[in-house]
Amino acid sequence: MDFYRSHWVLTFLVFAPLIGAVVALVLPAARARWVALWTGVIELLVATPLFWTFEPVGAAMQNEVALPWIPNWGIYYRLGLDGISLFMVLLTALLLPLMVLGSWTYIKDRERVFYAMLLALTTGVMGVFVALDMFLFYVFWEMMLIPMYFLIGVWGGKDRIYAAVKFFLYTAAGSLLMLVGILYLFSRYQALTGESSFAYGDFLSLPLTSGEQAWLFAAFAIAFAIKVPVFPLHTWLPAAHVQAPTAGSVILAGVLLKMGTYGFLRFALPLFPGAASADTTVLLFMVLGLIGIIYTAMVAAVQPNAKRLVAYTSVAHLGFAVLGIFALNVQGIQGALILMIAHGVSTPMLFFLLGMLYERTHSYEIEDFGGLAASIPIFALMLVFAALASIGLPGTGGFVSEFLVLIGTFRVQPWIAFIAASGVIFAAFYMLPMVQRTVFNSLTRPANRAIPDLCGREIALLVPLVAIILWLGIYPRPILERMEPSVGRLIERVETSRFVSTPGEAVVASSASSSDEGIRE
Amino acid sequence: MILRVQQTAETVVAEAQAGAFEPILLGLIVLLPLIGFAINGVAAILAARTAERRRWSSSSHHGGSEGEADEYSNETHSVMDAEPTGVVPWTHRLPSLVAPGVMLLAFALAVANLFGMMGVELEEPIVRTYWSWIPVGELQVEAALQLDQLSLLMTLVVTGVGALIHLFSVGYMSHDPGYPRYMAYLNLFVFFMLVLVLGASFPVMFVGWEGVGLCSYLLIGFWFSEKANADAGKKAFIVNRIGDFGFLIAMLLIFVDLGALGYVEVFERAPQLDYAGPVVTAICLFLFLGAVGKSAQIPLYVWLPDAMAGPTPVSALIHAATMVTAGVYLVVRASTLFAMAPAASLLVALVGAVTALFAATIGLKQWDIKKVLAYSTISQLGFMFAAVGMGAYVAGVFHLMTHAFFKACLFLGSGAVIHALHEAMHATHSHADAQDMRNMGGLRRYLPITFATMAIATLAIAGVAPFAGFFSKDEIVGAAWIGSAGELPLSQASLFGVGGGTWMGMIAILLSIAAFLTAFYMGRLMLYTFFGPNRTGEAERQHLHEVGWTMSVPLIVLAVMSTIGGFFNVDSLVPIVNLFSPFAFGGDAALHNWLHPVIIGAEEVWASNTAAIPEVHHASWPILLAILVGVAGLVLAAVVLKPQLLGTPEETPAYEGNLEKVLYNKWYVDELYQRIVVRPVWGLSRAFYSVVDRGTIDGIIDGVLGRGAMLLGLSAGRVQTGQVNTYAFIIIVGVIVVLGSIVVM
Repeated sequence: MDFYRSHWVLTFLVFAPLIGAVVALVLPAARARWVALWTGVIELLVATPLFWTFEPVGAAMQNEVALPWIPNWGIYYRLGLDGISLFMVLLTALLLPLMVLGSWTYIKDRERVFYAMLLALTTGVMGVFVALDMFLFYVFWEMMLIPMYFLIGVWGGKDRIYAAVKFFLYTAAGSLLMLVGILYLFSRYQALTGESSFAYGDFLSLPLTSGEQAWLFAAFAIAFAIKVPVFPLHTWLPAAHVQAPTAGSVILAGVLLKMGTYGFLRFALPLFPGAASADTTVLLFMVLGLIGIIYTAMVAAVQPNAKRLVAYTSVAHLGFAVLGIFALNVQGIQGALILMIAHGVSTPMLFFLLGMLYERTHSYEIEDFGGLAASIPIFALMLVFAALASIGLPGTGGFVSEFLVLIGTFRVQPWIAFIAASGVIFAAFYMLPMVQRTVFNSLTRPANRAIPDLCGREIALLVPLVAIILWLGIYPRPILERMEPSVGRLIERVETSRFVSTPGEAVVASSASSSDEGIRE
Repeated sequence: MILRVQQTAETVVAEAQAGAFEPILLGLIVLLPLIGFAINGVAAILAARTAERRRWSSSSHHGGSEGEADEYSNETHSVMDAEPTGVVPWTHRLPSLVAPGVMLLAFALAVANLFGMMGVELEEPIVRTYWSWIPVGELQVEAALQLDQLSLLMTLVVTGVGALIHLFSVGYMSHDPGYPRYMAYLNLFVFFMLVLVLGASFPVMFVGWEGVGLCSYLLIGFWFSEKANADAGKKAFIVNRIGDFGFLIAMLLIFVDLGALGYVEVFERAPQLDYAGPVVTAICLFLFLGAVGKSAQIPLYVWLPDAMAGPTPVSALIHAATMVTAGVYLVVRASTLFAMAPAASLLVALVGAVTALFAATIGLKQWDIKKVLAYSTISQLGFMFAAVGMGAYVAGVFHLMTHAFFKACLFLGSGAVIHALHEAMHATHSHADAQDMRNMGGLRRYLPITFATMAIATLAIAGVAPFAGFFSKDEIVGAAWIGSAGELPLSQASLFGVGGGTWMGMIAILLSIAAFLTAFYMGRLMLYTFFGPNRTGEAERQHLHEVGWTMSVPLIVLAVMSTIGGFFNVDSLVPIVNLFSPFAFGGDAALHNWLHPVIIGAEEVWASNTAAIPEVHHASWPILLAILVGVAGLVLAAVVLKPQLLGTPEETPAYEGNLEKVLYNKWYVDELYQRIVVRPVWGLSRAFYSVVDRGTIDGIIDGVLGRGAMLLGLSAGRVQTGQVNTYAFIIIVGVIVVLGSIVVM
């Protein structure tokens, strides 16, 4: 039980995949997928009890640790878990074994490196979600970039190099801005206290003028907005998704995008609350989120490639998350968090299914399908389910999240919520024609008549996703109540500082006192 | 644990409120169809798997793909195409037992609750909370059911008519290869429909609301191999989602302005809003948008005629008796809100009346027997909306109930006709249209039970006394005339600057014409289907025969209900109807008394916001007119139409002259929508993609990235496959060195 009270559980979850990666590289190629699977299963089994050991009372970080790493520069090994990161950790742990199963027969080429990359990527993602030292956070953030680049660039489709480079440069550009921001915070802290620190908690108490806040928020926000992605910074995503192998798409949609929304909730909002809650910022991001919801839904509708279509729907869904976050109230932010989980299971499910179809037909083009419900009924059932979950049918997590986001948004910007709600029409408009042209209509292609239906392994990897989608839709309360204290504190922090630092002039003294209160609780 | 305590606490409160009445297994009523869905669903999956295995073994026999083509297009093609060879597999036998079984049990429970509730004067609804669904801050949505007079009545209709249609489906669908899947969907539909009517809050109702839409989508496209069927399903879903958008907005407004979403709290707090103010008007208009989508009213009715692509029992259950009436239920459920918004209410009535007439005109010139009934359904739903819009909530619910009886009877009857024709044509390999009335004629000799039951239902829908439709329809038209005389609370309201009384006068005229047309097109349907010479074909005629007991029993029961259903409520306010009051069940105006606790909120709103209504004697002529109109329509059809002169589709053109052409083509509304909505949206979407996404954004980005890539020296050459192992090794070692240094330090 001590394991779950200390940082060891987090440390284990972060580094076990890395150890798995080394083992996979060392052992013969035929063993690689087994190593990856066992690593994934252990990761999931170790992570799952966190759901119960996590104490949903109080907003303080749990399982915290601070070990010196490069103490001269104030760099510490700091990890911690709260109600916001808990579910991202669980989601990552859940998707790892499923991704291995989804790649089981898909990857036939350089398996050792593939699985090592996948595991190393998981380490990076895990690290991002639990790091509380901004230097460590940045290391993990960058670390995940490289395996992802190779996953797309080596195991991807025919335009993989273009997609990989695009992904890399987009993200790297954002990361560099964030790095500048982090280093500025570091120097500011040093100038003020004479001590070196990269600790998230220390930065939270750093007094910043409203001008500084605005610039720093912009730097962080661009990095995170690229990751989410927020319109108009989204065009790397369809390219990356179409080219990436199934596991790459799954982790990309499942958790990598959430690093963006997580970044807003963990860093951009609490570190620069004045700038983040300024009316202009809120309106800007809400409008961008809204454009994401409507515009990308319409763009998705005309895609001939099923994978590209689903990629665009991700932008539309995360547009709702952006709305919820910038609603800055409890319904909006909890809605955004539920959306991150719901999208993190329903979109991977769609990508898994499209990957399974690709293994059978070697195509993602919708026109190559049609009538598949007659030849592969279980696949059709699963696809219809995933599609309905994706368009937020009540009873699935998608509905709960979008409903909460809309309520949260309506309370602050009724007109934006009004237009965003029309997203439910556009969701049907892009998803149902795809479903129809894939599994319904007549089975015209002779080759599609002889393809086998889903096998046991494939069904086994989809069933947990189905269960979670329904759980989120029917009884989300255990999840909501674990998030609530952390969300409450975040809102309180943003609210307080909005109260103090609304005037445009630099308010060093007053914001210093206010953020001290905010942090030393 | 906490949950359980809470639940017990809620139960205690509910008990205290309810007095002596304790709902009997309320949750189980909803759960039974879900259990049926689970069992049939498993059977469907196993059946599909077996079919697949068979396909595998057979394809290994003939190897080539050419030979399988026919086998395939047939498999899911149509009702009876798959010949039952040898033993019927258990996956096809089990649903025949399970699906109607769970429905009968649910109906029995509903009846038990009815008897329980009849014994007590239940003033307040009974709310059962099962768990806390979405608790976030001030927003507390419970997974709760509400039993009151209205939800119980709806439950009785849904489970009662539903059970009959499930039974009918056993005969109609059991030879279809997808039979277990069909029954699973049908059970799932009933589950969602019960959630819709029994839910205790708007979000729970919305679960059922979208759930029935889903099942409708799946069942319309049940024979998905035909593109037209799949298209129809998709169209229904998307058009319905436009309505659902309205429902969502209404919920947002209700929550923000009233701070709750549960019915009890919302209707308690609703009078705090400004009477006839913008907020409550907006709430009602958005709720009505939801109702317009689900209940197929102008301008969103276009999905319902296409929905006839589904199996005919589905049309009877979903697209006539239950789901499409959900909008009417919604307005009655929210009657307190609608009473607060008189202008919105008048709009509801007006849209209903216009739809009633408009759809009736299209029904005049359709040849497809199901299309006639589809437009008839739209038209009858218009009557119900006219009623609830004018504040005659009970009349609306009454017509909803009687319509469920006679329209389900008519649809099932048409199903029996189609079934008989299809089997006959299948026997002779004819490819004629089994739904075109020009291929029918004289069927009363071959299908006597179907004819008799449909004839009764036709008399009911035409409003001939004393059949069910007479009482309910006359109550609606009567209310319109009373309102036009200034004697309804809404007569004092106004819409677009015109007084409510004037509007209701116009509504009365519109509805009277619609009632006349209804009688006419129903007469036409009966004449062309059952009278005159038979046009099915010489060879086919030998194979025409009456349907089996599973199909005739539901027809007979529904015909009986269409005959006596009107006596559930004989309204003392309407003089001539009053003649029948000695026959009414439970005495005079039983339904009014029964539903009174549900609409008392609306009455209180009127009492405190409108002037007292002067007592005026009701004239008898409007009712006489209504009766005459129905009989006249039938008589006119019998006199004007000559079934003996009608030919097959090859001999008789679909229309003659411009007016008939416009009616046959449904006023070209689909074409209009295609031009002003569908095509522009697709065009804009394409433009967004090619001009904005690819052209502008990617154009800029690729330019920047191209230079950036060169700058960083990242090029295709560097990601050479051979080097990947080295890269991976370097990356992982690098990471270990960096992070491992923690331990060293």
